[in-house]
Amino acid sequence: MALRVGCAAAPGKARENKTGAWRVFKPVFDPEICTKCGMCALVCPEGCIRETEEGTFEPDLDYCKGCGLCVEVCPKKAIRMEKEEK
Amino acid sequence: MLEFMEGSHAVAEIVKRCRPQVISAYPITPQTHIVEDLAQMVANCEIDAEYITVESEFSALSACLGASAAGSRVYSATTSQGLALMFEVCFNVAGMRQPIVMTIANRSLGAPLSIWNDQQDSISLRDSGWLQFYAEDNQETADLHMIAYKVCEDHDILLPAFVCFDGFILTHTFEPVSLPTQEEVDAYLPAFNPYQRLDAENPLSFGMYATPDYYMEFRYEVDRAMQRAKQAFVKAGREFGEQFGRDYSGLVEGYRLEDADTALVAMGSICGTVKDAVDEMRENGRKVGLLKIRTYRPFPAQEIADALKGVSKVAVLDKNISLGNGGAVGIEVKTALYGSGISVYDYIIALGGRDVRKRDIAAIVDLAEKGKGDMFYGLRTEVL
Repeated sequence: MALRVGCAAAPGKARENKTGAWRVFKPVFDPEICTKCGMCALVCPEGCIRETEEGTFEPDLDYCKGCGLCVEVCPKKAIRMEKEEK
Repeated sequence: MLEFMEGSHAVAEIVKRCRPQVISAYPITPQTHIVEDLAQMVANCEIDAEYITVESEFSALSACLGASAAGSRVYSATTSQGLALMFEVCFNVAGMRQPIVMTIANRSLGAPLSIWNDQQDSISLRDSGWLQFYAEDNQETADLHMIAYKVCEDHDILLPAFVCFDGFILTHTFEPVSLPTQEEVDAYLPAFNPYQRLDAENPLSFGMYATPDYYMEFRYEVDRAMQRAKQAFVKAGREFGEQFGRDYSGLVEGYRLEDADTALVAMGSICGTVKDAVDEMRENGRKVGLLKIRTYRPFPAQEIADALKGVSKVAVLDKNISLGNGGAVGIEVKTALYGSGISVYDYIIALGGRDVRKRDIAAIVDLAEKGKGDMFYGLRTEVL
């Protein structure tokens, strides 16, 4: 995205902002353990956990802030936090 | 034609001729007669502008920001505490690249409460991204407003500007001023042509969110525009000189600097006193000159180094204090002359309206020549 004078933006441009840049840890989902209860997607404050075609779940790391709430709430401990390497 | 008028009134008259479309200001003390005069001109239909009354300086500059984003030429004026209340909006105006021109009647900041002159208010907005021009007299103050609009609205610049003139010393003082006619101003300053604006048909938001991946580049762009403003000012100042006979093509201006051994460096109305003091010292055979800084932002470091390359000592007069590290102008002049071998001494003077007389200037030159500086000058030690 090229800079525009005065940081001016047309409607809808916020989608181009990848707000997950400051994450330190990222959640890693294990679909083998997942029971598809969907609690992770319900508690995600960013609303960035999606259901896959198989009915399991995965995070959108462009927006995930790495808060770890999904890890706390998962009854099967199918999600773990892993340090980001940049 | 020269007319005898108050500084604030001269500013109001020239602003009127610059045809602002929106004016907003808050008339708390401290204010000046500028916005009082402009409000009257709007009420009398002498000027086709919207005058927005607001409840604070924060709102005044916020209204100006919105009006400028909507594509209007905008004007405001403030001073000391009022400018302090605008602090946050000042950064937004520059970051959103809105070419607002605002007059600053320089006055000290509380506490303690003071209404008198120094330059602490605008200096404290040094890093906000506003161009800062300092005027020596009321003629220069009036002229700098036309130049400011021309530089700010240049699509290569798109930054706001403070036109600073000393509170009371200029704002409330009557001097002869030559005011151009409306036709002459129109010939110099074309109608505002916004680079981009708020438009319901083509919606835009200004100053949007920038992640760490982008913020730094936006600040870099403002800094580059600030650097380009040097050339834009020189060009606008030269064109002004060609049309009106008063040349402002210099970011700095030397006075009797040829063969000078000691140079004073100053900004604003005190330059008048310094010129008289320099004349007297020259009559006594002392090789003294003055370098007046007209644009504090962008800071003319190279121009200062070029103008002072023949001198051995420099005395900087600072009507401000960057508490903990001396005067703001002195700090930057030292940076500009780093490695030159020239001794630079800084003198904090005139805070809160303390008078500076010709004999004080001579005493400061004495101190600089003895190698004494980086100090408050004229402290009343008996009350300390």
